[in-house]
Amino acid sequence: MAAPGASLRLVAPVWNRGTSGIRGLSRSVDPEGSQRKGRTLLQFLADHFYDVEAVREYLLQKQVLKVLQKNRSFTYIKERYGPYVAGAYFILKQGGAVKFQDKEWMRTNGSGLSGELWKLREVPIEAVDASGCAINYQGLDNLLALKELQSLSLQCCPHVDDWCLSRLHQLANSLRELSLAGCPRISERGLACLHHLQNLRRLDISHLPAVSNPGLTQILVEEMLPNCEVLGADWAQGLKLGPEEQSCDTASSPIPA
Amino acid sequence: MLRRAVRLGLGPGLLGRGLGTHREGSTLDWHGKVSEIKKKIQSVLPGGAWSPLCDTSHLPPEHSDVVIVGGGVLGLSVAYWLKRLEKRQGAIRVLVVERDHTYSQASTVLSVGGIRQQFSLPENIQLSLFSVEFLRNINEYLAVVDDPPLDLQFNPSGYLFLASEEGATIMENNVKVQRQEGAKVCLMSPEQLQKKFPWINTEGVALASYGLENEGWFDPWCLLQGLRRKVQSMGVLFCHGEVTRFVSSSNHMETAIGEKVTLKRIHEVHVKVDHSQEYQPVECAIVVNAAGAWSGRIAELAGIGKGPSGTLQGTKLPVEPRKRYVYLWHCPQGPGLEAPLVADPSGAYFRREGLGNNYLGGCSPAEEEEPDPGNLEVDHDFFQEKVWPHLAQRVPAFETLKVRRAWAGYYDYNTFDQNGVVGPHPLVVNMYFATGFSGHGLQQAPAVGRAVAEVMLEGHFQTINLSPFLFSRFYLGEKAQEHCII
Repeated sequence: MAAPGASLRLVAPVWNRGTSGIRGLSRSVDPEGSQRKGRTLLQFLADHFYDVEAVREYLLQKQVLKVLQKNRSFTYIKERYGPYVAGAYFILKQGGAVKFQDKEWMRTNGSGLSGELWKLREVPIEAVDASGCAINYQGLDNLLALKELQSLSLQCCPHVDDWCLSRLHQLANSLRELSLAGCPRISERGLACLHHLQNLRRLDISHLPAVSNPGLTQILVEEMLPNCEVLGADWAQGLKLGPEEQSCDTASSPIPA
Repeated sequence: MLRRAVRLGLGPGLLGRGLGTHREGSTLDWHGKVSEIKKKIQSVLPGGAWSPLCDTSHLPPEHSDVVIVGGGVLGLSVAYWLKRLEKRQGAIRVLVVERDHTYSQASTVLSVGGIRQQFSLPENIQLSLFSVEFLRNINEYLAVVDDPPLDLQFNPSGYLFLASEEGATIMENNVKVQRQEGAKVCLMSPEQLQKKFPWINTEGVALASYGLENEGWFDPWCLLQGLRRKVQSMGVLFCHGEVTRFVSSSNHMETAIGEKVTLKRIHEVHVKVDHSQEYQPVECAIVVNAAGAWSGRIAELAGIGKGPSGTLQGTKLPVEPRKRYVYLWHCPQGPGLEAPLVADPSGAYFRREGLGNNYLGGCSPAEEEEPDPGNLEVDHDFFQEKVWPHLAQRVPAFETLKVRRAWAGYYDYNTFDQNGVVGPHPLVVNMYFATGFSGHGLQQAPAVGRAVAEVMLEGHFQTINLSPFLFSRFYLGEKAQEHCII
């Protein structure tokens, strides 16, 4: 997968570290310097004036509503053009790319949707690249209707969390490739529900900041999905570099069957 | 002369001091005195908590519209929804009275933390569905400006119920009802079960029901703290004390058909402060009984159940504490990451805990073997004799395990039908119940809180109809029996 590390900085700050709080979401594009001072002044004002607190709550609500708006369901398109076109419209609107069966990758290059999208009513979608898109639990409805989906890339999606992963079992029959690299909200608890995807052959779980123990998680996921190639952390990552014999012991301990 | 007068006026404590250290003593005292005077002036100004006769800052307020007895997850949930559904901001003053700040015996924090939709009653399924939606969007519901977001540590691994031959038909009917209400549950045959979870021994299992989505377990302490934080930011007052008395008045009235009935109304709640005889009478309009395992005691204080048995006055609140043990063990060859919360037909259950091959589990004892709920001591023999054999039979890898820790907690057990009691009492007209959930209170708390707040504010249930859970069923004998109890 192409350099997930570089694109991480453009996405919302690491969720679970909880440093900048809920405000962190709205600060993701501000430069660092003014961010520090602005935050303390606003915080000071919010502590002393109800009006400022109300304004901040309103701004937060607007952020949340923006994400919800992006993930609304397109029922009209679904009824008129079918689930494949509706799913493709949803992904393309968010800035992702779609590949219909026997066609090339389709992406909106800032110039609007191509007209031929509306003619592909019966053509199933086989791959979706939703990297960096603001898909959340509700928006996943559009993807789960694509019953022939073989490859799904959810790299660096800021709102994809453990709850979303628990819904992916609906794609178990067709999904062969899944990439979750760089998603800030996914932890090992969500990865545990990937065991439904028995047809999965390639899974990328690298650079997940919320996973507490990447090496151990990698081993456990590999055991859970024996037919799947799991790309992620090296299993030795997270082990302390102790004296020579200590690292030798851990290297030779048998992996439980 | 003048100096001595000034020193006399400055306070009794200074008389015996500083006669030798003349000059340094007086300058030090002057600075100290200035700050004391400043503090006194600040407390006397409006908004300060100064009363001329005595200091009452550690006591609850004298008036409160709603007093919620019990600060666990159900009490806080009722407080949250009351503040959220009130018509005008700040319209309702709520006081939450909690006896134990550390929650050392509270059922909420000692719970295993599971949430499932696999119930037999449609009301329970709906309650669980709403609660899971609340938990999923917890950072929208419980957002507080400038505080870090909550991480519930939710494991969406699902519940797996196993049924023997006798229970298979009931399980099928239950799953049909669950699917109708919108739960994502699937039925599995023993062969499918063996294929999916090879570490299970399917001997004796005729059918299994597996929750695919919206089921799993989470951290109850995080939910409690999140609710507490949000509820405090909404203006709910907390009080550390115990309710010792209700002062009420009675009204003798006649029903439409001429029967005599006595309606009671609670006017004051006496809240006793810890380690002291001091109490504060709190004048209130409504009392919510969310005291969990001790709800029966609170109901008795209000006079519920004092009357000839068989009448409505004589119907007690049938909620009592029942002790349940939870054991944490380590098994190196145990089930992997995909293990759901498995419930055996014998009643034993277990779930994975963390990544280190640790598991949590227990079993509900039979009626005759109920342990004494006087304390929270753990009986380790119970695990050896009653839990381990079933676990080892179901999961052969559990034959070699080592118990690491164990603890005990209370169920607020409803001896009538093991389902919650919600809503007002027919005779004590301003006491509302939110208790008696017998082991599934935590997972239904958000929805129950909303239902009780709706009854208090609107007079009837609006979103989920919980009329089968009203108090009157104890007198009428209508059981709302729940079959899937762990």
